[in-house]
Amino acid sequence: MSATEPIVTTGVPIPRRTVGRYLIPLGTSAVIALFAFALVDWIAIEYAYLATYTILQYVVLATAWNIFGGYAGYVNFGVAGFFALGVYASVVNYKTLQLPLPAVIVIAGVIAGIVGLGMGYLTLRLRGVFFSIATLAFSVVLNTIFINWHFVGGARGVSVLRPDAPTFFGTYPRYLFAVMLSLAIAAVLIARAVEYSWLGRGLAAIRDDEVAAECSGVPALRLKLLATTISGALMGMAGAPFPYYITYVDPASAFSLTIAVNTVAMPVIGGMTTWIGPVIGAVLLGTLQQVTTVTISSVLSLMLVGVLLVVFVALAPRGIVGVVKTLRERWA
Amino acid sequence: MLVNPELLFNALLTGLLLGGFYSAVSVGITIAFGMLDIVNIAHPAFIILGSFVAFYLNSTFGIDPLVASLIAAPPAFLVGRLLYKMYYYAFERHGEESLQGLAFFFGVLFIVEVGLLLVFGVDYRFVEADYIRKTIALGYVSLPLRLVVPLIAGLAMVAVIYVFTSRTFLGRAILAVSQDPGALRLVGGNPVRVKEIAFGLSIATAVLAGALLIIIQPVEPSLGREYIGRVFAICVLGGMTSLGGTVLASIILGIAEALTATFVGPSWAPAVAFGLLIFTLGARPEGIFGR
Repeated sequence: MSATEPIVTTGVPIPRRTVGRYLIPLGTSAVIALFAFALVDWIAIEYAYLATYTILQYVVLATAWNIFGGYAGYVNFGVAGFFALGVYASVVNYKTLQLPLPAVIVIAGVIAGIVGLGMGYLTLRLRGVFFSIATLAFSVVLNTIFINWHFVGGARGVSVLRPDAPTFFGTYPRYLFAVMLSLAIAAVLIARAVEYSWLGRGLAAIRDDEVAAECSGVPALRLKLLATTISGALMGMAGAPFPYYITYVDPASAFSLTIAVNTVAMPVIGGMTTWIGPVIGAVLLGTLQQVTTVTISSVLSLMLVGVLLVVFVALAPRGIVGVVKTLRERWA
Repeated sequence: MLVNPELLFNALLTGLLLGGFYSAVSVGITIAFGMLDIVNIAHPAFIILGSFVAFYLNSTFGIDPLVASLIAAPPAFLVGRLLYKMYYYAFERHGEESLQGLAFFFGVLFIVEVGLLLVFGVDYRFVEADYIRKTIALGYVSLPLRLVVPLIAGLAMVAVIYVFTSRTFLGRAILAVSQDPGALRLVGGNPVRVKEIAFGLSIATAVLAGALLIIIQPVEPSLGREYIGRVFAICVLGGMTSLGGTVLASIILGIAEALTATFVGPSWAPAVAFGLLIFTLGARPEGIFGR
């Protein structure tokens, strides 16, 4: 289709495809961002910033996980490991250079991306189940390393003082919220771009049948390496602001199983094959968790996630997106 | 560097004792993952569940933890059968078990762990039995009974399962289903029923191993995570389906961990299993006893 489109070299150089595929979503998300920001500002309680921060953090994590887990069908249980890489990159920065937060996010992304690339090479030898177990292993090995690394607090942990927020943002929670909001939007746009590109189509082919895909010329390894790198980098970036959010970092909080379970549960509940699925899952489940944590108890809100994960994966494996699609087809 | 021979010998001995216990912990995963091809990553959660059942029966009724585990085993067997039925109807029947089954068991792991957290809280729990504090002194070495009892019980459990799978009809059917479910159906067996029973057996061994764990050390709900790496490392290293391989791999891991704890530091021990797992998967994926 696109091949037959005439390319006009004079006049407006932006092809229509670019408008539909990139500029419209970019514009929409900017509007959503401003709206979200205004809404939370209007509520004007410090807790509102922190609660939405957590939800947005899960939007980033779930979206990042889905780029490899949902699109390519490789279950990565090592989310907490990548997240913690970002967290500890930030802690190291805090104890040494004290660079501003955006710079740390970039550095965390680079480190976690390189580790993600390494994890991609694991898939060379390990397929499916063994890969998942190895990612779990990766997370525990990393946990052990950080427990023994006394510079970043070891097992006891380290407390982090929030610096002053940039003047425009006023309070630090407001600044953190703005940072995470932009990260979330960037992550979703990236996931969307991946899904509609040759990369996304190749990953979908790998998910359906890796051998067949390879036989028909899909460069499987290269695509998987790209996907794990993007996915890992985004997870690391989500971790970088975390020390300033909780102000006390120890391995138990950075490597919490809750992060891993939530990040797997959200795309499963939302729907794994499309970019909107993890966003729906993260927003719904994240909000539900915040509400139950406040009204009932935090342990019960964790229980809820486990139960929902099991129920959805057993009864509606294509998630909310799949359920909506089936209902729509039935009515139409 | 000169290694203190007494320290080395004690580490080897501790490793050997730990290995016996580890074989009890991982025999269930050898059945579920190796033979039945069910990636039950919730297995360690059921081990911890077994520990807490032993703790509950011990602290309220004063029952010996070993006896308590025998009481808990039949219900655990039924729970395992039920869990397999759910797994079968939700995933295996459609041939979608790999990705979604993994997520399913991940959820089950979380539910069991959080459930224990809700009921028992975050504290470490332990059991009382008169053999826990005793040690046998044999010349220079001292054997703590809290390690010797799990070793004997664990090896006895593996031996019973070995006899079961090699001598009885049902046990051989389990081996058959692991090799070729289609052929089992041709000779008149029902693979689903056989797998259901085998999975029940696997969960029962987890609960039994849990009682051994709480004899060795105090237990809290999230302790199971450390065992995820251990059980899978042992299963893969042992060659997936081999019970003898499981015991040998358990002893190798036990000794490797004890040596690491003695000469590097106890806080590094949890990484040993995963290191061993990654090394095995990379270097010799078929394990020691693999064909």
